[in-house]
Amino acid sequence: MAEQISDDLRTTPLHGLHVSLGGKMVPFAGYEMPVQFEGVMPEHLWTRQHAGLFDVSHMGPCFLMLPGGPREGDDAHAEIAALVEEVVPSSIATLKPGQARLTVLLNEHGGILDDLIISRPAEPDRQGMLYIVVNGAVKHQDWALFEKQFEGRAELKRADDRVLMALQGPEAVDVLNEYFPGCADLKFMHFARMEYEGSRCLVSRCGYTGEDGFEILMFPDEGHSLAVTLLDDPRVKPIGLGARDSLRLEAGLCLYGHDMDAARTPVEADLQWVMQKSRRERADFPGAARILDQLANGPAEKRVGIRPLERAPAREGTEIHVNGEKVGVITSGGFGPSVEGPVAMGYIRADLTEPGTPVQLLVRGKERAGEVAALPFVEPNYKR
Amino acid sequence: MTQSFTQQITFYTEDHEWVTVHGELATVGITQYAAEQLGDVVFVETPDVGKTVKKGDELAVVESVKAASDVYAPLSGEVVEANEKLADAPETVNEHAESEGWFCVIKFSDGAETEGLMDKDAYYEFCKGQ
Repeated sequence: MAEQISDDLRTTPLHGLHVSLGGKMVPFAGYEMPVQFEGVMPEHLWTRQHAGLFDVSHMGPCFLMLPGGPREGDDAHAEIAALVEEVVPSSIATLKPGQARLTVLLNEHGGILDDLIISRPAEPDRQGMLYIVVNGAVKHQDWALFEKQFEGRAELKRADDRVLMALQGPEAVDVLNEYFPGCADLKFMHFARMEYEGSRCLVSRCGYTGEDGFEILMFPDEGHSLAVTLLDDPRVKPIGLGARDSLRLEAGLCLYGHDMDAARTPVEADLQWVMQKSRRERADFPGAARILDQLANGPAEKRVGIRPLERAPAREGTEIHVNGEKVGVITSGGFGPSVEGPVAMGYIRADLTEPGTPVQLLVRGKERAGEVAALPFVEPNYKR
Repeated sequence: MTQSFTQQITFYTEDHEWVTVHGELATVGITQYAAEQLGDVVFVETPDVGKTVKKGDELAVVESVKAASDVYAPLSGEVVEANEKLADAPETVNEHAESEGWFCVIKFSDGAETEGLMDKDAYYEFCKGQ
């Protein structure tokens, strides 16, 4: 029996598998999760070259549906989309069947409460329902917000007792297509209902690494069975949270609570692309006045990539200086194994966001040379 | 008073540093066990030559992909040499933690400070209990 770090921590259905594979377990988002198996560096590079399997069951998959459940008709989608659009600035109504979209949950000041992926079922008889995945660290707050906001108008069904895993990397598609024939035909940010061992699964072509890949929601037993089977494939290795973080950082993707939080708007976070034109024009989302003002006049600070030019990594909290004056702060930083050097992102004064702008990074009291860099640090390999 | 060691002896700390004393000089690094725990070392900030440290002070910083970790001075004294090779080849710490991957040399001020440190066998037992 695997020993647990603390009784207060939850475990995912794949916990025993991680321990048996030698995973180094740490507390994360209320769960005991593997931070690494073989090592962050080899796991990172393996994922960029082959296929890495990530357990992300700590996240918050859920379904939001009209009372009475899914049904036929585009009007049902329009109805559930209108509800969700009360709290996000993206166009959910214009999602096509089977399509997924990244968006942000906003507070009344336009601050980001979470980032989430919202997907519309492809099946004509399963409309009026959305598949939503929120972040693990804030899922209980998000769900409480949904329940309050949509009380009597929609029902929330949590699915975080299941297995949510990601298979990421250039070989992920060939591996997974053996178990889910046809998943190779899915385009980036699309999903489909499929079967494994006679059990329903949701297969989405998306991820958090900058690579092509999939996220799969499954019932616990079948999820465990598939994870074991996938790991038997020589192209697949288990990947821990350490490499998950370095992969997403190189891909320029935000980590909630670090690269964005309730004090930051989507404009400041450089996520204005999640707000489709129709929503901007209608200006009917929380904090719209502030956000539209920032879109028109520019925010005071903006999220950018930062490339330390020396070898020292600039970690979260590192001050960004120009001519001895503090002009920003690093929100995520470390070493990029594929870049073969330190990489970071952070917020900087809006007049300094041009890539190539020289900055100094205050690492342990020493000013070290850096520059503003375009994101992402590595070219994404999404299958558009 | 400076105590000098006529023989080369290696001691270990509970913070997983090794320190080899010879004469009035002590060479300091992190242990193979520590290097394995850290994983791939991507940066080492060695101390400036001339810096004086007290036992237990922050002496250097070693960074893996994941995080930065402090390395503490196992003995008080003055830094007289730093391993400049680590600036361009931090992976030396993983490859040869207890030889070529040394961090710095301290001219120590009080040889009696070695008394609280562990020998190889004691350190081995200490790691087993970690």
